Order: sequence, then structure tokens, then C-alpha cells
Amino acid sequence: MLLVFAIFPGLAAVFDQPFLLDLALRTMILATAAVSLNLILGYGGMINFGHAAYIGIGAYAVGIPAFYGEYSGYVQLPLAIGAGALFAPITGFVCLRTKGVYFIMITLAFAQMAYFAFVSIEKYGGDDGLVINLRSKFSGVVDMESTLEFYYVVLAFLVGALYLVSRIVNARFGMVVQGAKENEEHMQSLGFDTFRYRLACYVISGAMASAAGWLMGNYNYYFSPEMMSWTHSGELIFMVVLGGAGSLFGPVLGAIVLIILEEVLSGATVYWPLILGAILIAVVLFARGGLEGALALLERRK
Amino acid sequence: MEWVLFVSQLLDGLQLGVLLFLLAPGLTLVFGIMDFVNLAHGSLYMMGAYFCVTLTPLLDSFPLAVLVAIILTFVLGIVVELVVSRHLYQRDHLDQVLATFGLILFFNGAVHLIWGPEGNSIVLPDYLNGRFTLPAGIEIPTFRVAIIAIGLGVAGGLIWLVTMTRMGMLIRAGASNRRMAGALGVDIKKLFTLVFALGAAMAGLAGMMIAPITEANIGMGDDILIVAFVVIIIGGIGSIRGAFIAALLVGMIDVMGRSYLDGFMKLFMDNQSAETASPALSAMAIYILMAAILYFLPRGLFPPRHR
Repeated sequence: MLLVFAIFPGLAAVFDQPFLLDLALRTMILATAAVSLNLILGYGGMINFGHAAYIGIGAYAVGIPAFYGEYSGYVQLPLAIGAGALFAPITGFVCLRTKGVYFIMITLAFAQMAYFAFVSIEKYGGDDGLVINLRSKFSGVVDMESTLEFYYVVLAFLVGALYLVSRIVNARFGMVVQGAKENEEHMQSLGFDTFRYRLACYVISGAMASAAGWLMGNYNYYFSPEMMSWTHSGELIFMVVLGGAGSLFGPVLGAIVLIILEEVLSGATVYWPLILGAILIAVVLFARGGLEGALALLERRK
Repeated sequence: MEWVLFVSQLLDGLQLGVLLFLLAPGLTLVFGIMDFVNLAHGSLYMMGAYFCVTLTPLLDSFPLAVLVAIILTFVLGIVVELVVSRHLYQRDHLDQVLATFGLILFFNGAVHLIWGPEGNSIVLPDYLNGRFTLPAGIEIPTFRVAIIAIGLGVAGGLIWLVTMTRMGMLIRAGASNRRMAGALGVDIKKLFTLVFALGAAMAGLAGMMIAPITEANIGMGDDILIVAFVVIIIGGIGSIRGAFIAALLVGMIDVMGRSYLDGFMKLFMDNQSAETASPALSAMAIYILMAAILYFLPRGLFPPRHR
């Protein structure tokens, strides 16, 4: 799958379809965010319904310095990751005290809080957001303005995110987090302070999502509070669940399928949410375990 | 003049609180009894408004249109419960969130298809569109008073229903221990369809009340839904009393924060920073309230006694 992404610019060039390259870029950025969500949702059992807030934070970390004429990627990227890694523990400290539905709702509430906070800051465009004139600059290393170079930067982030998640979930730390999802009391009685493990996991995921947001801001040349809206958080959850929560490549698969679905449906009719909504309901009602689960089932049958 | 403004703000807060309370019972009871997260509740609010948009010119009477639209949203609630929600009670919250998120997309698409992308306004009859004047020279729009009166009336009716009637007793029994109530011979499935539809009708009513003021548009339920969730979480899931108190609290804080916070903050910081910070802070006020309450009381003000 990653190999397809790696040679995709070549294919797009052969068929002379720059539009496809654009689509692949968007897919990879969203996939990176979905991979970060999968770390806490799929492996940690924490249903974060406010994950899009980090995308927005990452994008603002491109936009606000750019607003003041600071285009250096060496400033913007650490700022994005740092802001995400700061927002996560502050909110996580309250969120992780709660369980189940309360957790879903309070993560949602914090994302709304960020959303409304940025809506009301008139200086940075308020409701409408602002245009970013230039992408982050890494002078002499990569030229982000070149679509092809930016493409491989995004791909590198996706691969990096996948590598990081696979390392985490196979390490002792990740095992504890997964154990806490299955049976928190059991892990506590083994002497693990599960709250701290989960909080750490939550922060890592938030920082990764902010990095994805940094890519998104660069990709769009634009940032706005709309990026944080809870419907986007819902889409991210959908990607993870569609692909198969708790499987490494599931979120990437989910992102690809969702983007293609959206693209095909929105090309076919303006009433596409109607059909997408019906598909979503059908997937939940009839296909459990996501696509990855369905594929695994098929393979076992062979 | 100061007082005129204050009273009008007070009424604004009351109006928002009342609307939130109309949305809350459907969420909190469905949550409390069946442990079901219904994100599509805001869509029912939107559908109520749109039904009213079509029916008002058709029936040539706003009150009549509201009555018929309430019945329609009630029926719609039954349909949604039978077709989608019913199959999700045994699933985990993630599946519920996703499926009802799908319902939102579905309803938004459906409204776009039927009513078109633009907002639709409702023309109020003259007797609701006027204003009347209080002794101190305070003018109040009649319709605003009507909203508050209807909201408080429905609230009273609901509290009567839940605390005084046999059906209310069954609802409370279901909310505190679903399986025990089922074992004692309560038809939980039927009861729940009824509760769901009742909640839908109330959400629809809220939509009908707001539509003449803001007009009905696609996605109108999406933002207020989140605030309604804040309300039921502050109030404690499953508690009508908690929802009522929390709805008024949230309504007041939201409206008052928007109008008075910058004045208050100017007391202890310079004008300019107060003017930049206060809109952001007042927009966040209700979420900060919720976070603070959950930090100290992770199950809200009036937590369910038994789960």
C-alpha cells in the first residue's frame, strides 16, 4: 500500500492527472491523523471525539507565524507539535478522569472550546480563517512549494507515524495501554499507574495529530476554525473504524476508502451526504471489524 | 437604560435555557435508560423546524402547523428508533456514535434534497410578532414570551409525567435499572420506543420555536446538540431535574458571559486586552464550566444512583 503511494507521483504524471496527486496528498495527510487517532482509540480504547482540534492547532501553528512573516519550518513544525503536546495534557488531565460516554462528550466539548476560541479571535480571521501565502520553509533541505517534494515530505510523515505507532504498541508501554483497555483494574492491581500511561499515550497521539495539522495547513495554504469542527472528528473516527480499529494499516485503508467514496459520490450528486450517511449506518449495522476484519475473514476462508 | 438591557439579556438567557431544556430530555433519558449516544438528536430538531416551514403556509396557521409538526417528528422518532437505534443498544458507544453520525449526514442530505440549500424562514402571525411594553419602558417581543411560556409549560408537563404518572414510574424504573425493570414485566422495548419518540417530538418543538427567529437551515442542529450534551452531562445523565437546572444555568452563563464579561474583565486589566480576551473566554465559558464540574463530580450534578 505504501509502495503504491511511493510510486504514485510517477503514475499520476504518466496519466497526466495532477488532480489525482492532489487527492493522494489529502488522503495521506488525513491518514496520518487517523493513524494517530488509532493509537488511542484502537489500541487504548479512548474514543476521542475531538481529534480534529489538533489538526486545527497544527494548521494555526503554520498560519499565525506566517501572519507575522515567520515562514521557517524550523519554527512552525516544533510549534505545531509543541502546541498539540501542550493542549493534550491540559485537556487529557480532565478527560481521562471520566469514562465511557462522559469521555466521548468531554473530548468533544474541549474541541468545541478550541473551535469557538479561534472563531472569536478576529485578528486571525475569526470565523473565516486566513490564507497562508507560503508553505513552511526548510531552506536548502526541501522546497515545500514543489508539489513533488511536498508529496514526499507528507509520505515521510505517514511512514513515520506508522513506524512510531508500531513501535509503541509492541513496546512495554504500549502493552500496558492495551492492557488497560481490556481490563484497567487488572493492570492497576499489577502495579501500573494506568492513568499516567494513558495520559502519556494521549499526549503522543495529540502531538502526532498536530503534526498532521501542520501538513494540512501547508497543503491548503489556509487555516480556519472549521478544520476543528466536530464533523471532522467524526470523519476521523469513521476512517479508523472503517479500516479496522486497532490494526496498524487499518486507518490508512479507511482514509483511502473514505476519500474515494466522498470524491465519487460528490462528483455524482450534490446530495452525496445522504448516500454517505446511509453507507455509514449500513457499515456499522452489518459489517463489524471494519474492512481489515473483512479482509482477514476472507483470507482465512481461502 | 442599564436595567432595560439587563432584563432583555435575562430573557435571552431564559429563552436559550428553555430551548436547551426542550432538547435535553430526549438525550438524557435515552442515555440514561438505554445507554445510547444519540448524535442524531440535533437532526430531529432540524426536521421539526423544516416540517413547520412547510406546514405553516399550507395550513395558514402557525400554531396549527406546530401541532401537526410535533406529531410528524413524533412519528419520525418512532421510525428512526425502529430502523436504526433499536439495533444499536447492545453495541458499544463507538458504533452508536458512528451510526448516528451517519444519520446526521443522511438527514442533512435529505433536507438539502427536499428543501434546497438555502435557509427557510417562517412568517409569524401578527399577534405573535408584536411587542408589549412593561411599566419601566422595557419592550419585550411577544414571541419570546411565548417561547419561554411554552418551554416552561412543557417542562412542567414532563416533570408531572415522570414523577406522577404510572408511565413516568416505568421510565424512572427503566432509567435506574433496566434489566430489573424488564424482569419485573415492563415491556422495555415499547417503553423505549415511546421515550425516544417523545424526546424527538420535544426536540422538534425546540426547532419550531427557534426557526421563526433564526430561520431553518441545514446543520442547525449540529451546534446546539453539543451544547445540549453539555447540559445533560452537567445535570447528570438520566436526571430530568438536573437537566432543567443545567439548561437554565448554561443558557444564562452563555448569554450573560457574552454581554457582561468584557465589562467585568476591564475592572482588572487594561481595555484592550479585555476586549480581545473576553469574546474568546465567553465563548468557552460553558465548556469551562463543564470541565470544572466534571473534574470535581465526574458524573454530573445529579448523578444516577444506580447503574
